[in-house]
Amino acid sequence: MSTGTALRAEQDRGRKASQNREKWAQGRTYISAAVILIWCLAPAYWMVVTAFREVGFTYDTSLLPTHVTLDNFITAFDTSFGNRFGQALINSIFIGVTVTVISLLIGVFAAYALARLNFRFKYLVLGFILGASMFPGVALITPLFQLFTNIGWMGTYQALIIPNISFVLPLTVYTMTSFFREMPWELEESARVDGCTQGQAFRKVIMPLAAPAIFTTAILAFISSWNEFLIASQLSSDATQPVTVAIASFAGAQPNQIPYTAIMAAGTIVTIPLVILVLVFQRKIVAGLTAGAVK
Amino acid sequence: MATELGPTPVKSPASGGTPVHHGPKGVGEDNKILSQGKWASWLLAPTVIALAMVIVYPIISAIVMSFQKDAGLDPVTGLFTAGGPAGVQNYVNWIAQQCAAPGGGTVACPPGTLGAQFWSATATTFLFTVITVTFETILGFWMAMIMARTFKGRSLVRAAVLVPWAIPTAVTAQLWLFIFAFEGIANNLFNASILWTGSEWPAKWAVIIADTWKTTPFMALLILAGLQMIPAEVYEAAKVDGATAWQRFRLITLPLVKPALMVAVLFRTLDALRMFDLPYILTGGANNTTTLSILVINQIRQGFNAAAALSTITFIIIFIVAFIFVRFLGANVVEQSGATGKGKK
Amino acid sequence: MKSPKFLLPAAAAGVLALTLSACGGGGGTTGGGGGGDAEQGLDGRGPITYVQGKDNSNVVRPLVEKWNAAHPNEKVTFKEQTDQADQQHDDLVQNYQAKNANYDVASVDVVWTAEFAAKGWLQPLKDKMAVDTAGMLAPTVEAGSYKGTLYAAPVSSDGGILYYRKDLVPTAPTTWAEMMEMCSIAKANNIGCYSGQYKQYEGLTVNASEAINSFGGSVLDKDGKPSLNTPEAKEGLENLVKAFADGNIPKEAITYQEEESRRAFQDGNLLFHRNWPYVYNLATTEGSSKVKDVLGMTALPGKDGPGASSLGGHSAAISVYSKNKATAHDFVKFLVEEEQQKFFATQGSLAPVLGDLYEDKELVAKLPYLPVLKTSIENAVPRPVTPFYPAVTQAIQENSYAALKGEKSVEQALSDMQKSIETAGAGS
Repeated sequence: MSTGTALRAEQDRGRKASQNREKWAQGRTYISAAVILIWCLAPAYWMVVTAFREVGFTYDTSLLPTHVTLDNFITAFDTSFGNRFGQALINSIFIGVTVTVISLLIGVFAAYALARLNFRFKYLVLGFILGASMFPGVALITPLFQLFTNIGWMGTYQALIIPNISFVLPLTVYTMTSFFREMPWELEESARVDGCTQGQAFRKVIMPLAAPAIFTTAILAFISSWNEFLIASQLSSDATQPVTVAIASFAGAQPNQIPYTAIMAAGTIVTIPLVILVLVFQRKIVAGLTAGAVK
Repeated sequence: MATELGPTPVKSPASGGTPVHHGPKGVGEDNKILSQGKWASWLLAPTVIALAMVIVYPIISAIVMSFQKDAGLDPVTGLFTAGGPAGVQNYVNWIAQQCAAPGGGTVACPPGTLGAQFWSATATTFLFTVITVTFETILGFWMAMIMARTFKGRSLVRAAVLVPWAIPTAVTAQLWLFIFAFEGIANNLFNASILWTGSEWPAKWAVIIADTWKTTPFMALLILAGLQMIPAEVYEAAKVDGATAWQRFRLITLPLVKPALMVAVLFRTLDALRMFDLPYILTGGANNTTTLSILVINQIRQGFNAAAALSTITFIIIFIVAFIFVRFLGANVVEQSGATGKGKK
Repeated sequence: MKSPKFLLPAAAAGVLALTLSACGGGGGTTGGGGGGDAEQGLDGRGPITYVQGKDNSNVVRPLVEKWNAAHPNEKVTFKEQTDQADQQHDDLVQNYQAKNANYDVASVDVVWTAEFAAKGWLQPLKDKMAVDTAGMLAPTVEAGSYKGTLYAAPVSSDGGILYYRKDLVPTAPTTWAEMMEMCSIAKANNIGCYSGQYKQYEGLTVNASEAINSFGGSVLDKDGKPSLNTPEAKEGLENLVKAFADGNIPKEAITYQEEESRRAFQDGNLLFHRNWPYVYNLATTEGSSKVKDVLGMTALPGKDGPGASSLGGHSAAISVYSKNKATAHDFVKFLVEEEQQKFFATQGSLAPVLGDLYEDKELVAKLPYLPVLKTSIENAVPRPVTPFYPAVTQAIQENSYAALKGEKSVEQALSDMQKSIETAGAGS
């Protein structure tokens, strides 16, 4: 009996200590999280505050919103002066989704081959893929412009989509190859023993496990295509221009005037839905994929 | 970015991929490689074609043009005439910082020409790369570790981390220019009067801060994905064995996340070496913030062939850096870890 | 597998390229002026495209509509570029290089005219294609010409104006020395005295050239050779350097572009301010402006009288690759007609190129800065007219920036500018 109580007291003490430790660790996590929030959001906050300011008070430095107005958002979407921000948003989404889907698809193929198959010239292929992200992007524009002019692609969607695919492919392939290397491929083999084809085994066993990696790669691909400006600024037409080009076309009411407030409003408009979209997708997709994995 | 995985299969941290057949090769082995090779070429073809069309073709055509002289002015007609073959002159001019002399031949490029900036731009590019990639790696790792924990409000943090990266660069650069203006919010907030874009080190720091802010999320996301691939059981087992937090980090987290980390660092480095928009908009390249890519675009406006030579030089510099990375720092994604027993120590 | 041999193919691509020297576009640009090629399409009529940077205040669209209503078979399509000058320039270069027939008429910044003309991309506006420039202000015509031939018809102009605080300055200064004397007023009121734009960008070329030109110097001589090693050029640039050194130009002005300097002036922190006409509209209307009722305007100060402003503005040029040059020609003439010029001024605050309009009562009532602007433009010197403009502006910016920051003596800066510009033109 007495030994029992002593033991329990001992356990209690231990639990308390570990609870304290846990609390302390939890506290530290929250402090860190707060620091991250401030670091990431403070400049963005300034963007949003500026987006809501009247043009006449663009340079106001009070931290809280002052001279609040919705005009900048209205201006951003106003098409009467030739702004195509709404159309550009649609273009950007279309281009981004297409680029992401295609580059992920062919990237998965390539990564699977690189990680799983044994073949000659593997290093040659890897070097080739990496070499594609070593040339200064600014110097690609002139040759590309001439190429696309020659084949009549100027101003078309494919003239924007295909270069973007090439820009994100090296990263996509490398990321996924490195993750595929870490997958438990034994499972795939045991699935094949159970009668799955190689394709089925890959789809049903490996893909769900690779979901975080694939999802991360998808975000990376989407955002880099979303951010692309240099190529688009010269190869797009009024009808196909993405948001980055549309924002660069924002002009003040007067020559020389920089429309900071409208630019910030546009930045706000394109950023916030993107972040929300990613969050929603993250839950849906990952939940779906992992649910499949449980069988 | 993913949330919890389903039931995670236990996997020993020491074995990476499949056991690769490295034993004595029989005839069947060769056949297997051959058939896998056929598969591999089908799987790789789309990637290779896409890259060949949009990147390799322009690179080759730029390299070809780099051996041509830029158009010169015919003093009589006042019109430009094609320059003709240049041999390696364009390359020599950049590396030796030589410019055309008025009487023919070359002279050392005077300050105020692009040629005079080659080495300083190279140094600046490396400075930016080393500092920003270091900051981004450390910060990104830390952010990823926090985001991998379970706590209330985790989604909020994950969303927040995305924000800097999701803002288009065109807006980011303007935003930081706005923040770093003399009467801007940065000086105002800290009651300082720093000439952010008007003196050497503040200008460099402005670029570094803006770039670190913008691209740390890229690192954080990739590292987070790497962290999520580590089965929780491995940590549990280590805890039972009495490993301290530092030991767990060093012996489990770091080696297991290394492949993802190295890919992230490698690609960030390649990107940072080609950094362009932030310094271009913030400082216009003044105060020793001209990077190689800024030099390229300024030169394109003065003559494409010399710019093509500079691009090729940049390409070679980046190539060497990547080579060093892969050779000495182990950024090798297909390292045959299982069979040769090296790689993950 | 430690060997990085997988990097080899990238290098192999380089070797491969050496053996492929036949493909690729070859030697870039060639001058193609004159000849049968250019003769083609001089009589061509049909739909054309007009290319211009962002139409800030909706001036071009109504004009194009008006034109189209009158010319149903020769309709103009308006192709709008971004709002950034560098990108407009690069976009034009790419399209001219690709011999794009759809860039029939383009709005060309005054500083690009010589470059484009020398590349053989612009149709000379002479003989059959001539445009009447009789009523135009002389510097604007000069800026649209290269080697004595008009290549781009001036459409809008721009010049620097000296804004000042009417409440603090009793009589506007006319010379630089007078203005510097009045800096004591600024000191007494605890504000900065003077500022233009001194960040290292195109605006610095504008300001440095003004300083040099106002004291009788010039960046290039009549033959397009640099002429910076002169006492006049030295005196001009030294004025700016001295003003920086003794604080008459506040130190933060080294970070100023147009907008930052406008803001400082509008916040009441500057006594004198050099900027473009757009400041008038904003400083008198913006809610945050503290100088609404005390805004004075005068010509830039020079050595003994009005200084020499740098000239801004845009001209309309016809591409040699255009198939419908007759229509293009008519459209260019349409743009410079008085009626359209008036519309540019009232609707878009764009300074007209026709001298008479500056005395038009109705216009002056709307845009009170016009008389001052006329003085400014009449005394203006185009920024160096040279096909090597990108190299010339680079040389001016970098060296004058170093001089303003005190990193270089004025002599050294000017001699470096001189040498840099010499090498730019020597490459043939």
